Amino acid sequence: MSRDVAIIGVGLAKFGERWNAGLKELMAEAGLQALEDANLKSDDVEMLYGGTMASGRFMGQEHVAALMSDQLGFKNIPAVRIENACASGGSALRQGYISVASDIHDIVVVGGVEKMTDVTSSEATTALGGAGDQEWELFQGITFPALYAMMAKRHMYEYGTTEEQLAAVSVKNHENAMKNKYAQFHKRLTIDEVMKSKMVSDPLKLLDCSPISDGAAAVVLAPLEIARKYNDTPIKIVASAQASDTLRLAERDNLTSIKATSIAAEKAYKQAGVTPKDINVAEVHDCFTIAEIMAMEDLGFYKKGEAGKAVMNGETAINSKISINTSGGLKGCGHPVGATGVKQAVEAVWQLRGDAGERQVNGAEVALTHNVGGSGATAVVHIYKRAN
Amino acid sequence: MITMEKPSASLWRKIKPRYNLSGNICKNCSTAYFPPRIVCRKCGRNSKMESMTFSGNGEIISFTEIRVPPDTFRDEAPYTVGVVKLDEGPLVEGHILENGIKIDIGTKVKAAFRKMYVDGEEGPIYYHYKFEPV
Amino acid sequence: MLMAGIVGYGAYIPIYRIKVEEIAKIWSEDAEAIKHGLGIIEKSVPGRDEDAATIAVEAARRAIKHSGINSGAIGAIYVGSESHPYAVKPTATVVKEAIQANDRMMAADLEFACKAGTAGIQMAMGLVDSGIIKYGMAAGSDTSQGRPGDALEYTASAGGAAFIIGKEKAETIADIIKTVSFTTDTPDFWRREGASFPTHSGRFTGEPGYFRHVTSATKMLLEDTGFKPSDFSYAVFHQPNGKFPRNVAKMLGFTEEQIAPGLMTPIIGNTYSGSSIIGLAATLDVAKPGDRILLTSFGSGAGSDSFAIEVTENIDAKRAKLVKVRDIADAHKKYIDYSTYLKNRNTIKKR
Repeated sequence: MSRDVAIIGVGLAKFGERWNAGLKELMAEAGLQALEDANLKSDDVEMLYGGTMASGRFMGQEHVAALMSDQLGFKNIPAVRIENACASGGSALRQGYISVASDIHDIVVVGGVEKMTDVTSSEATTALGGAGDQEWELFQGITFPALYAMMAKRHMYEYGTTEEQLAAVSVKNHENAMKNKYAQFHKRLTIDEVMKSKMVSDPLKLLDCSPISDGAAAVVLAPLEIARKYNDTPIKIVASAQASDTLRLAERDNLTSIKATSIAAEKAYKQAGVTPKDINVAEVHDCFTIAEIMAMEDLGFYKKGEAGKAVMNGETAINSKISINTSGGLKGCGHPVGATGVKQAVEAVWQLRGDAGERQVNGAEVALTHNVGGSGATAVVHIYKRAN
Repeated sequence: MITMEKPSASLWRKIKPRYNLSGNICKNCSTAYFPPRIVCRKCGRNSKMESMTFSGNGEIISFTEIRVPPDTFRDEAPYTVGVVKLDEGPLVEGHILENGIKIDIGTKVKAAFRKMYVDGEEGPIYYHYKFEPV
Repeated sequence: MLMAGIVGYGAYIPIYRIKVEEIAKIWSEDAEAIKHGLGIIEKSVPGRDEDAATIAVEAARRAIKHSGINSGAIGAIYVGSESHPYAVKPTATVVKEAIQANDRMMAADLEFACKAGTAGIQMAMGLVDSGIIKYGMAAGSDTSQGRPGDALEYTASAGGAAFIIGKEKAETIADIIKTVSFTTDTPDFWRREGASFPTHSGRFTGEPGYFRHVTSATKMLLEDTGFKPSDFSYAVFHQPNGKFPRNVAKMLGFTEEQIAPGLMTPIIGNTYSGSSIIGLAATLDVAKPGDRILLTSFGSGAGSDSFAIEVTENIDAKRAKLVKVRDIADAHKKYIDYSTYLKNRNTIKKR
């Protein structure tokens, strides 16, 4: 007994080091753009879900959903913060989807925000470390780059994936980010530059890692049946799926894939009635280059061990076999953690509307977003199509 | 954030597993766990957990040298951590000590006893198992 | 005759070494003259993640393994050190927990400069002999600090040993026939509360300090037991450097051969509370049933504990589970330079 849900408006605050903007400025920038895109008044909004991971650690600010609602001029509506580490945004989107699909609310705003640059990088590393098992990972000084580095090393050991293939992910995503005005980086990279960048946690180098970013993103959801009242090209969410796994990396079945991703993806494909082959555009969670390679495999785009070669061959560039991370991904566009999952939906909407400008994927019909929390303890997959 | 980043109770609570790799085993399905779990992953609420101390012997499944540490380890980088498969089954994260033996995936290790983290000038000292290549 | 004896023992020495040359270079000193004068070529240095507690634990775990006893049967743990990690909070409790001993336990930290380890052995002996406990553990471990530029910088090193004391005839690898101590109030070496480095009173540490106490305690022991130096197969004297134990042996009528197996300082430095008992452990490593060993420790402040020890038949059977001191000293040795030494000792000022 559920209703079809559409995205009727999207907005983005530019990602990057936003020295002039705090949480409020970032949220307002993205939120107002989304309201405008949907032709909505603030009073039309019935419910808000706000995704943020560690505003308390980064800014000393909790209670972010009420703050978001307050700043956007929403009057006394229910507002709930969703925290699921780096998958906070994707998880908030799913909660918004559920509340519209279940006929509880009509107009729902889903926002995602993170303001990360007001703390030192080691404080940020510590805050992000909380996405793993604090007692057994962060306590031992095991950082997120280290967890993904151990996945990468094992992937290299089992499948022959190379450091150059990892670097190629970064090069491609930076290339895509060149065409995205909201992206943190507008800097073309070469494989050699990535390979020679400072080692963070071997084999991952600085340019294998997504940056520390400020940013916000917002989408407005409505039941598909009334969506055209607000927007000429509503984008239908045809699948929303999520899975979890052990918080601790070492406790998983293996280190070379993220099981939560494959489970969520399988459910999503089934809901949407599509297969991985049908996906034209995918925004995947490339917090580290190895994460994009694992995502390509776990989402079923490539067989295990084949993704590294595919990136190297250019099969995932814009308008090639499958266009992955057209926005620039977390690596090129930036990774304000709570905003990322919502930003992925924004990019999917732009691609399906044909509004992606220079980075437009020709004939984009089906888009997928993939948002991961921690080292894989949460994965959220959404699939989108243009509404007929 | 120099001193007392964590209250000492958080050390005390985990002394047994941190010092001695004492974990547990589900008597219902014979799956061994380190760190100990309250609920068996396989048996859920039918778990029958009993404590079990691990030998500390195992082999490296993966590893990395951390050059950019969290602030609690700001003076310790670079240091090497790994995922170790204990002989009794479970995989566990831990520091890998330097002792001149070149480490790789598959290198055998045994547990040693070291300081993990010293909380500033006046806070508590956190002792822990670490793994030493053999 | 006492009933208590040694049921098992273990030692631990960190892998890092710094050579006399490397330290001498910094201070423009003559390395050869120092090596000759102190009778030492290099010393051990603790890793950044090691302290007197971790060293005591590693030694204690080896001792448990060697003894073959269940750690749950240990009734007392005494840890002697002049570098306990906490000023207030015991090291002994860390050791107790790390060997999974029973909560029903007597424990305390001891400090008597370099002889706190042997003081712990005496305390454990008393409790075992009186039947209050079945087994007692005494450990001596240190990560001693020598003031940069001071003569002690060449010798102050890191290491430790742990001994398990019991009295079951079937279990003791060596019986302690007699122990006696000589104690006076002598300010030859000290470290005040809060001070980073110990201070010593130069040549005063020699004659009125080390030599007077070591010879007095040893002579008392020989008199009490009626043994002559030649009645001992081996002798171990506290070894603040490579020279003092040789000289004191000569003064007391012991030979180079008797002290050779236990003379570890030339290659590991002075491990303070670990020093004489690491020497005892190295001597037990090579001793045969029936051998007699004389051990005399020295702690500044000052005092000496002297022991007459007789090796039993059980020693050979337990050797399979033993990690020998000289093997420990040789294993994985890694030489470091002076700047790494400063970093390991946490003496680089960062804030």
